Amino acid sequence: MEFLTLHSPILIVAVPLLAAFITPLISRIGNRFRDTVNVSLLSFVTFLIAILAVDIYANGTRVYTFGATVPEMAIPENYMVPVRIMFQVDGISIFMGLTTTVVTLAALIYSLNFLKGQTGQDRFYSLLMLLYVGMIGLEFTGDMFNLFVFLEILSIAGAGLASYRTNLADAVEGGFKYIVISAVSALLVLFAIGILYGQYNLLSIAALANTMQFNMLDMIALAMLAIAFFMKLAGVPLHMWAPDTYAVAPAGITPMIYTSSAASMYALYRVTFTLYGGQFDTMAIGWIVIILGVLSMFIGVMMAIHQTDIKRLMAYHAISQSGYMLLGVGVGLAVLTDPAAMANYGRDAMNGGIFHIINNALYKGMLFLTAEAIFFRIGTRDLNRMGGLGHNMKWTTIFFIIGALAISGIPPFNGFASKLLIYESVFRFNPLLSVIAMFVSLVTLASFTKVFYSAFTGPEMPAYKEVREVPRSMLIGMGIMAACIIFFSIFPGLVVDTIVAPATEALIDQAGYINGVMGAVP
Amino acid sequence: MSVLTYGYAVWSPIVWLVVLLVTGVIALYVRSRGQKRYKKGTAQTDVFISGIQVPSAEQRHVPAHNIYWGFFEALKGFYSAMMRPHTGIINDYILWLVAVMVVTVLVLVMVI
Repeated sequence: MEFLTLHSPILIVAVPLLAAFITPLISRIGNRFRDTVNVSLLSFVTFLIAILAVDIYANGTRVYTFGATVPEMAIPENYMVPVRIMFQVDGISIFMGLTTTVVTLAALIYSLNFLKGQTGQDRFYSLLMLLYVGMIGLEFTGDMFNLFVFLEILSIAGAGLASYRTNLADAVEGGFKYIVISAVSALLVLFAIGILYGQYNLLSIAALANTMQFNMLDMIALAMLAIAFFMKLAGVPLHMWAPDTYAVAPAGITPMIYTSSAASMYALYRVTFTLYGGQFDTMAIGWIVIILGVLSMFIGVMMAIHQTDIKRLMAYHAISQSGYMLLGVGVGLAVLTDPAAMANYGRDAMNGGIFHIINNALYKGMLFLTAEAIFFRIGTRDLNRMGGLGHNMKWTTIFFIIGALAISGIPPFNGFASKLLIYESVFRFNPLLSVIAMFVSLVTLASFTKVFYSAFTGPEMPAYKEVREVPRSMLIGMGIMAACIIFFSIFPGLVVDTIVAPATEALIDQAGYINGVMGAVP
Repeated sequence: MSVLTYGYAVWSPIVWLVVLLVTGVIALYVRSRGQKRYKKGTAQTDVFISGIQVPSAEQRHVPAHNIYWGFFEALKGFYSAMMRPHTGIINDYILWLVAVMVVTVLVLVMVI
């Protein structure tokens, strides 16, 4: 067990990477064997994430240096700065790791029956594991270049998966758009890393944060990094690719691509809070994040309610919900250098924004799975052609209701808990922002009422008389997310105290992050 | 464990669930006092629209694009403006990126 705890950061990346490469080989033995191996390996990784989380919450940040005699030794002997590839897993990293792993496990189990009879399944599962590797690596990495490497891995795997259904023209187009957006973002990130490396001769995030002078070149690098990650997280006005890609990706992949957007949001926070720290005018940058968050919320939801394609509607809602996260953390960033405001409402705002990340990954992921369950049975995403499905797809209907009430912020669900934190804290910062957030929740509820009415209620349609509930693995995938939603709904205090508050502290405590690698800062 | 504290207030989902449960029990009791003497699957439970022939299921179900018609009609100008940038063309998305890059660099240089 000690071995597993000590080496869990690398095993969490190495095991799914191994699974990705052996999947085409073990597929030759049989599909069932391949599926069993993949589910087993990912379950093992889930166990590793859990023991790493326990270790981090008990003992603080973990540094894992590749190739060092002792993994915790960040700086080699006779060196003044870290030079090796390293993972630095703190509260926010492990929070994102937990989110990513739960979504991936549910997505993998869901895909088992969804893909039955499809060709190219070995490539699908390989890419799914690579997508997971990319997300986890991005969340755990402690140096900028590996941030770029893992960003590329998740982008390429995500594009391949989005265009998996090559018989559908819009799927190929969605995958193409995703790879173009991802390639441009990655180039911006690489250029920014080049600027920072050229100045400081460093790639470690902690070392760079310790040395940052924030001159004009650093400002340009910040702008490039912020724009690149903002585009990857599909914030308004760089959001337009998201509905095109999310709508066409196969079942379990849409929640994962959406979670990779959340990973990009994590990268944005890592850059602003940790890499650059309080070097810039936090009130100004905080307000920029807040305004972009409000734009994302409002435009996302207004576009969503207009849609008649169920997955495009949900994709616009994903953009809208990202706005809540930006709003909460933006308020925290704005008052970062004001201790009184931070204690009064800043921490609560950040708690709300970060809590919303995992809540949204769960209920948004589940809603995407219910939409694909409908597509699986009736072959269309057009709400105009749906109706009365609640008669025959009872479990899908129940899961949809749970997800819809959660995303609309209806008590007692988890969406209400995180939105309440955001409303209350943001109100004390600026009441108008809170009013806009509440209006967006109202329109969200209206939008999902439209979907519920169109798809599930009404008389049983003759065309859908023979429609049955989806297969068991798809129900289990949705059930995993529903169970997490219900748990988070009933025990929000436990979740915030255990995993959210440490994530907030990790973001705020730049000195702690630097000390974890560089030792005590004089 | 279930109580979320923030600022000076608390949120307890357990209290909410208990209230919902009590409300549900009261609602079930009131429903149980209703008319029992009807037969399901007979003309007593069929759709009745003033005696005219009941349209087919497809005709009765309001399609999605008709829902909130008044809302969209009132905001026609807003939506026509919103739809214009959402062309679906990747080149336009990259143009938006270039525009945002220019604006961001200007803002960063001026503000910071």
